[in-house]
Amino acid sequence: MTPTTSQPPSRLDPEPVARRDFLGLGSLAAAGAALLFAGFGILRLPKAAVLTSPSKKFRVALPESLPAGQGFFPPGHSVAIFRDDDGVYAISTICTHLGCIVKGTAEGFSCPCHGSLFAPDGSVVKGPAPRALPWFQVADGGGGTYIVDEGATVPAGTKVKA
Amino acid sequence: MSSEPTPKTALRVFAENLRAAPGEIYRSLFRGGRPVTDRSRSTFVFNNVFLHLHAVRTHLWSLRWRTTLGLGTAALAAFLVTLVTGVLLMFYYKPYPDAAYQSIKDIHFVVPTGRFIRNIHRWAANIMVITVILHMARVFYTAAYRQARQFNWLIGIVLLATTLGLSFTGYLLPWDQLAYWAITIGANIAQSPREVTDALGITQSFDPGGLQRQLLLGSDVVGEEALIRFDLLHVMVLPLLLTGLLAVHFWRIRKDGGLARPDDADERVGREKGTGTFCAQHPKGRSGKRCLSPFPDRPAPSRTYPVFTEAPAKTYQLAAIVRGRTAWVSRSPEKTVPSMPHLFYAELAVLMLTVLVCLGLALVADAPLKELANPDVPENPAKAPWYFLGLQELVSFSAFMGGTVIPAIALLGLGLIPFLDREESGTGRWFGGPGGWRLVLQAAIFGTAATLAVEAIAIRYGWLREWFPGIPQLVITFINPGTILTALYAVYSLWIVRHYNSTRAGALGLFTCFLCGFVLLTVIGTYFRGPNWAFYWSPADWPKH
Repeated sequence: MTPTTSQPPSRLDPEPVARRDFLGLGSLAAAGAALLFAGFGILRLPKAAVLTSPSKKFRVALPESLPAGQGFFPPGHSVAIFRDDDGVYAISTICTHLGCIVKGTAEGFSCPCHGSLFAPDGSVVKGPAPRALPWFQVADGGGGTYIVDEGATVPAGTKVKA
Repeated sequence: MSSEPTPKTALRVFAENLRAAPGEIYRSLFRGGRPVTDRSRSTFVFNNVFLHLHAVRTHLWSLRWRTTLGLGTAALAAFLVTLVTGVLLMFYYKPYPDAAYQSIKDIHFVVPTGRFIRNIHRWAANIMVITVILHMARVFYTAAYRQARQFNWLIGIVLLATTLGLSFTGYLLPWDQLAYWAITIGANIAQSPREVTDALGITQSFDPGGLQRQLLLGSDVVGEEALIRFDLLHVMVLPLLLTGLLAVHFWRIRKDGGLARPDDADERVGREKGTGTFCAQHPKGRSGKRCLSPFPDRPAPSRTYPVFTEAPAKTYQLAAIVRGRTAWVSRSPEKTVPSMPHLFYAELAVLMLTVLVCLGLALVADAPLKELANPDVPENPAKAPWYFLGLQELVSFSAFMGGTVIPAIALLGLGLIPFLDREESGTGRWFGGPGGWRLVLQAAIFGTAATLAVEAIAIRYGWLREWFPGIPQLVITFINPGTILTALYAVYSLWIVRHYNSTRAGALGLFTCFLCGFVLLTVIGTYFRGPNWAFYWSPADWPKH
């Protein structure tokens, strides 16, 4: 009997991909994919779905004698509220650069951290701040009060008549 | 009659074992015997999981103090000090707003030795940052990052970043004004990609900055969520990461063939007798001399020498599979000494010195604690820890470039060094390579001058927004003192590469420039910036209010 052609391939002349190698690589890829997806799933945890910060809306009563152009800074909120002949408006006092609280000055606002200066309407005059201070939505709360929403910005110049 | 001894009863065996137990326990603890011969010293290192991160034998070149200045060991020592004191502080620290501040006050004023331990922790953390930076400079200037050591250099860069991360996260924990506003600034730097996305008007749909900030703070304000996250990072995630990477870092030193040394290190440690190297007369030496004893003029102790007359208990079979120029093939092992005791005693000395410095500083200077954090009123000036003040100086021009892009470029550039400079000359020598220390001096002068010039212009004349009101933000983001300085350094280094026709020379120039820039900006941020980040020659000139 002559040897048949169904001899096992020699080490020097292997199959293109051995069956075991194929199965091994396949399972390795499957394990890798599973771990990858598990990793993405785990990464969802540190991103909070609900933010614990307090409500962004608050009600405020302005002092009777608030001159036009002078800000009222309600304690506990990073907002300056103004009243002039056109109505009431609120400007954020959080510096758009790195989040320090700006102070009201005669010329507008100044930031203590890196020296940004803002005009009375919140636009940047000097310093590293990349954006103007945002204006917040103000609504008439009745009885001489106003409701300021720090979560909603409005175009600069939006004022509310009582 | 049978002469067979009567079999012992199990009870008797038990009593004998009990009697022998102390000796057996001792022998199982010190399996190789006392480390008095070369062989027992080798097994002493080899059979200990912690010590075996070292090689069994150490080249004399590595033991010269000016090879390393002990900086890496000092950084490790400082880390160990922060570990011990940090665990002690955790006995009393409560990671919750206001309670955190009160507990730090308790540690400072009530807890026995609390203030001292906190001071040590603070100082050791500072010393760790300094020594890590200096250690990196040492490795760079001795060109010890090359072939076979590139991977360890990368590990080192990650260790540097982790060290800075540990310091930064520790900064928030006291929950005082200093902490609160430093973290507010830090979190907003994480958010600073918005500077670009806002200018492009795509923040609504693509906001990586906001995501980074929210992941860091766990909220949109610096509050209890932020504190617990920073606490977790500080006491668990980053220390574990650092410990794991440190083990790899040390083990790689051994695998990469010990510390980098010049090709002629063997001859040089032999020649320089009486200058800190170890020389002793020995009849077997090729040149009639062998340099092995720490005491030049005394005969070597007989039980340690000669070195290789004892049959080795362990042969280095692994040498066959170690790649590169790591195995000591065709090199004489004679310029090496057993790591126990020579290397370990040197390391112990550095450890003790570091602890001594920490204790001394902790005795004379208290760690600061300001008022309770007040979200309504920022510190003025609000300053980050000193090693971030250089960054804060850059950030005061543009948050995105100064706080994100330029540090990323610096870290990336550092990581790329061993892959861009693949020359061979100068390895293991201080300021080795074309140009040498003259080039480093020249680069230091250029780096200092460029930094001072750009800073002086920005301080004296302001910047683009003052000159052209209404200029688009993107222009300021990409053209500001920080980016101009980075560009100046880069152009200068490219010129050096061309002038010396050497990548190593360019690397020397660039690294020196960045080091000068880092130091100068840190000094300006620390001593010359006052309220509103305005320039003052001295804190005495700060406005009083």
